[in-house]
Order: sequence, then structure tokens, then C-alpha cells
Amino acid sequence: MTDAAHVPGGGPHDPALKRPTLDERRLRRRYAAERRFKAYGVAAIAIAMVALVWLLFSIVAQGYQAFVHTHIKLDVFFDAELLHPSGRNTPESLAGANYGAVYKKALRDRFGDVKKRRDRRSLYALLSQGAEDDLRDMVLADPSIVDTGQAVWLTASDHVDMLVKGKIERDRPERERPIKDRQLAWIDALMADDRVETRFNTRFFSSGASREPELAGVWGAIMGSIFTMMVTLLLSFPVGVGAAVYLEEFAPRNRWTDLIEVNINNLAAVPSIVFGLLGLAVILNFFGVPRSAPLAGGMVLALMTLPTIIIATRAALKAVPPSIREAALGIGASKLQVITHHVLPLALPGILTGTIIGMAQALGETAPLLMIGMVAFIVDIPTDPLSPATVLPVQIYLWSDMPERSFVEKTSAAIMILLAFLVVMNAVAIYLRRRFERRW
Amino acid sequence: MNRHTMLAAAAVASIAVATAAQARDQIRIVGSSTVFPFSTAVAEQFGKSTRFKTPVVESTGSGGGLKLFCAGIGVQHPDVTNASRRIKKSEVDRCTRNGVKAITEVKIGYDGIVLANSRKAGPTRITLKQLYLALAKSVPADDRGETLKDNPYRMWSDIDPSLPGRKIEVLGPPPTSGTRDAFVELAMEGGCKQFPAIKAMKKTDKKRYKAICHGIREDGAFVEAGENDVLIIQKLVANPKAFGIFGFSFLDSNADRIQGTVVNGVAPEFETISSGDYPVSRSMYFYVKQAHVGVIPGIKDYVAEFTAERAWGPEGYLVDKGLIPLSDEDRKKTMKAAMSGAKLSM
Repeated sequence: MTDAAHVPGGGPHDPALKRPTLDERRLRRRYAAERRFKAYGVAAIAIAMVALVWLLFSIVAQGYQAFVHTHIKLDVFFDAELLHPSGRNTPESLAGANYGAVYKKALRDRFGDVKKRRDRRSLYALLSQGAEDDLRDMVLADPSIVDTGQAVWLTASDHVDMLVKGKIERDRPERERPIKDRQLAWIDALMADDRVETRFNTRFFSSGASREPELAGVWGAIMGSIFTMMVTLLLSFPVGVGAAVYLEEFAPRNRWTDLIEVNINNLAAVPSIVFGLLGLAVILNFFGVPRSAPLAGGMVLALMTLPTIIIATRAALKAVPPSIREAALGIGASKLQVITHHVLPLALPGILTGTIIGMAQALGETAPLLMIGMVAFIVDIPTDPLSPATVLPVQIYLWSDMPERSFVEKTSAAIMILLAFLVVMNAVAIYLRRRFERRW
Repeated sequence: MNRHTMLAAAAVASIAVATAAQARDQIRIVGSSTVFPFSTAVAEQFGKSTRFKTPVVESTGSGGGLKLFCAGIGVQHPDVTNASRRIKKSEVDRCTRNGVKAITEVKIGYDGIVLANSRKAGPTRITLKQLYLALAKSVPADDRGETLKDNPYRMWSDIDPSLPGRKIEVLGPPPTSGTRDAFVELAMEGGCKQFPAIKAMKKTDKKRYKAICHGIREDGAFVEAGENDVLIIQKLVANPKAFGIFGFSFLDSNADRIQGTVVNGVAPEFETISSGDYPVSRSMYFYVKQAHVGVIPGIKDYVAEFTAERAWGPEGYLVDKGLIPLSDEDRKKTMKAAMSGAKLSM
């Protein structure tokens, strides 16, 4: 913009022409432009914050109730006759005893007027199959309670749980809700007696997948994630750091290393599903690693994480000032000593940060695992990297597609757990950076 | 350096060999996402009530499952595959080529496909013919179906005044889904062949017949909403004007929020699907690789658990999960055939 018109008597060599015009209108415009620019920035941050808060709020609002589950208090008599009619009282016979009969009898005793088979079925449906496990755990922990009466809190079925949490509307016509009128009356009677309560849902943290929402837990998926991440870390960290050290410290600069560098950078942008296909073709079909095993998953994710680690490590190595290397060489250190004694320790915080961020990325990945059979229903908790397993994000995906209503809150709760893991990992990365990073 | 690389290579090789040689003591099941909820329920019960490990169930879709199943014999291949349609001749051939000769077919029950909408809107009655006219890519220009035109209908009431005066908006599964296959075959084709000229075409020009009857419109009235049925239901609740297409079990567990549309005068209910009156229902199957029975422990017991009355009977736990059982007689017959390992014959 030329403001020559506003400057009176200005010639081409007049030094006043170089001075900024302090015309008030122009100043105001400049300040306004600056204010607008700042406002755009604030608006961008606000939009991001609103989106984040909205996301977190909807997840928490939908999922927080999954951490508690409805329990029903019943007076249970641990009848030795019902538990093991043969009369023997060994730990094995107690473990395999018929606990279903015990809680069913307790329910019948509480509501004596239930005679018809159909009605009995709907009465038993108030409690979950997990009630048997509750009773078995009690007896195995203390066998002396056999043949005594106890007031016990038992796990309610998922429908009862949904009703108590207000997710099934009572005033719907009977055929539109899973809880029938008769069951509603029973629950109300129990509630009036203070026998219905929501308690902390320990099962959610201790069990594997299940088709019964009230029995389903994330522990199997967490163990699967841990094994998978272990394999990923063991493979990608040494290989990634090794590659980065070679490229940064030893490799000559020529067309080949340029080509490798370009390829590594490209690899970082390859869609993750491609790594899954590679895993299927090479790791499963060629190496014969079993399907669904964390070993296979970890290998695939390691391939995916490698570029991230290599790039972060190279950046960290570059940040170590050349004076350190030169000083070490100057007092007679070998190239290997320079790297292992000086450069690597100084670059370590940056390397670890990059690794943790790469691992956090791998932790949230599902697409490559689809191809190698880790998207599966697996009840048993995995015990080693070769037993079939699934991982947290896959568990979330599987639960999100289950017809039962209770799985909606389970899905959100599992998302919260995954987010917690990610936040912890990122926090560790930040801590390491703050604690050990040196500024030059 | 050299020694280290060799050591590393040896380590990788030994892992690979060790895992390849490892025997499997766990049943592996793959296949249809529609059968997945039932198969997993049986697997879980089986794991709890027997000394065997709980089978691993993968949801790969019917076609994907059969592909894996037919890939060969050996521990790296699955033992059982679920399907929401019958195995095709081409798939049996593929199986035979790869050495999978003895296959046992077990029909487990029925699944209805429903057209549903939010309870906030009124209930709807529709015929297959109207449904076809609403969703087809090209529709007959005359009563007999001699000539075709691009689908001109924007509102349901354009097709028939008895239908609601709302924009046609249907959320359904993508072409990769078995539900979509079944919907196209049962509902769309069911309505399409009511036009005599098109019906006659089935004999003369099968390709064209299929293109006309199976082609779903792509102008935005039919929205591919992904494989996730729970998501479709959430969208229906948010948008009472829309209809959705999914399996009956999802209608069953969400009956307080959505309602099924009456098709050809029959409402999608447990009884009507079981009796075969409801027109859009299909059979579900699983297939057992006989060569693995006795090698992988527990396959026979898994079949026994699935075909036990306490599982697939009218009062069994699978019914609670939304399975529509076979008739008493069919169950008995299928169970016998399954347990004796009867070979599939096409």
C-alpha cells in the first residue's frame, strides 16, 4: 500500500517518506487486523476444545455407569443336599457343585407364589449366571458356610441393571420392554426392602470377553494389549534405534541413503491396514505364527511403529551438538565409544519420547489386527504371547456392535480405559522429556 | 556384528518353527457376523461347562469365513465356519480342491431382516412390491414391467397414497454384508418378480434380471450406513423420518425405541419368522470340517452343545439372544445328522 497521497510535500529522496505513517485511521486498521488474527486463533482453540469436551462428555456420560453394577441381596441357604447330593465335601466337588440350584431356591423362597415353569424362568432371569460364580467364590473361600444361611449380594441380570440405572423406561407397554410386569413387581418388592443396590463392578476389570454384558470385562483385552505392546517394543526399539544410529552416524551420504531416507519417511504415512495385509502374507502364511496371537500382532505393529521411532531417534541424535562428538574424539575415544558413551545417553530422552508416542499410536490400532485374526471373541485370559488374544481397541469395536443395550455403556467404559492408558503413556513421555532433556 | 545378525536370524527362525509345529488345543471358528452373537454364546457356555478351552470365534463375514475354511486341512486353518446363507457350489469346489472333502452342514435357525423406524413416528405397512419401487435403481415404467425408467419416487406417498408422506430415506448395510445380500435377494427380488415381464426375463436373460432386481438406487435415498447395526439404530432414534434395515435380534433388544414395519401384512415377530410367514427371513448355518474332528479336541462336543435343547430349543439361551429356532422335528433331524457327521451333498 502506498500512502504517498497522505504525505504532504514528500519527494523521492525525502527521508520522511521511509517513516511509517502514523495516520490514526491506518493505525486503527492495523490494530484491528491484529485483533482479528488473534481472534481467529482463539476461535480455533475454542472449536477444538468444544469438540474435545463434547467427545469426552458423551463418552463419560454414556459409560460411567458401567463401573457399577446392580446387585440383589438374597437370603441364601447353602444346602449341602443341593450343592453335592453325593455327600462328599472335597474342594473339587465344591468347585463343580450346582450353585444355580442354590440361588434359584433362594429366589423361590423369597417369592413363594411362583409355580408355573414360565414364571419361574422369568423369576430366575432377575439374576445373572454370574450369581453362580459369586456363590462358588464364597464357598471356596470359606467351606464352613455350607449348611448355613447367609444374606448375600448377588449379581443381577443386565436387564435388571438397565432398569435400575434408568435406561429402560418403566411406563412403556409391557411388550416393548425386556422387563415384564411381573418382574417389575418383584424388583419393586426387593427395592422396597432395600435389597437392590449398585456396587462397584469388579468383574469389569477382572474378566475376559463374554456374551453376557454383566459378565464381560476388559482384563483379557488389557493383557492382550500388554503382550502385543511387549512384542512391539522388543522388536521395534532395538531395530529402530539401530537403523537411526547407523543412518545418522555412520552412513555415507549418497543416493542409496537418500533413497532409504525417503522410503522411511513414506513408510510413516502408509495406511495401517497395509501392514495388516503384509502381516497376513508374511508373518502368518510364511513364518507360520498362529492366528490371533499377540506375537503376530506385535510383529505387525512393530513394522508400523518402526518409521516413527527411526525418525524421532534421528532427530534426537541430530540435536546432540557436534562439539560433544568432537571433544570425545579429541581425547581419543573411538567412534563406537563416542556414540555409546556420549551421543546415545544424551539423545535418550528424545528417543524414549518418540518410542512412547509410537507405542501409544500402536496401542490404539485395530485395522492391521483385523487381517491377522485378532478381531475375535476370546473368553480365556491370554497367558503368553502365543495364546489367542485381542486388544483394547478391538474389544471396543466388538462391543459396539452387540445387540444388547448394556454393551453401549461397556463400550464407552472401555474407551475411557483406553484413553487412560494413552494419557498415562503420553504423561510418561512428557515427564521423561522434562526430567532428562538438556538444553545447549 | 556378523555373529549377532546370525544369532538374531536364528532366533526369528526358531520362533517361526516352534509356532508352526505347535499343536492347537482350541477350536477355531470363523464366519458370518450375523451368526457371531449365537456362536460366541455357545462357545462361552461350552468353555464353562466342559474341560475344553473356550473356542476362539472370529467375525469375518460368511464369504470370508468360507474362504478361510476351504483353504485346507491343518492346525492353521479353522475348524468351523458360520454362514448366514448356504454354502455355494463354487465354494464346495474350492474346498474339495484344497482337500477339505467331508463337510457337515448344520442349519441352526432363522433370522428375520426387518425394516424399522423410530417409535416417535407412526407404524408403517408396506408390501414387497412397494419396497422394491422405493429402493430400486430403475423401476418399471408400466404395470407389466416391459420398459424401465430411473427411479422417480422421492416420497413414500408417491408410490402409494397409503404410505407416509415423507421423503424416502433408508439406512442399510453395505454390499459386503450378508444382511444386504439377503435383503436384496428376499425383499427386492421378491417385489421385483411381481412384474410379469421382469419375471419372464429370469428365464431368458438372467443377468439383466439380476441387474434390475438387485440394483439399489444410488441417489441418496438409500444410505449405506456401515456394518454396525447399533449405529443404525442410534441414527433412527435421532431421525424419526428414516427407516433402517438390520437383523431381527437388534429390533428385539431395542423394541422400546424402534418398531418393525409390517411387510405384506405380516409383522416381524418371533412367531411369524419362525413359521415362515414373515417374507424377509433367511436360514443360518455352520459348517464343520470332519477331517479336524478327533484331531482338534472338543469339536464334537461343541456341535453337541450347539444342538442341545438348552441352547437352540424354544426355551434355550440362544433364543434369549434373538435366535429363531427350527421346528421341533427339524431340530431333532438336524441334531442327529450333525452328531453323526453326515456329509454335505449339494
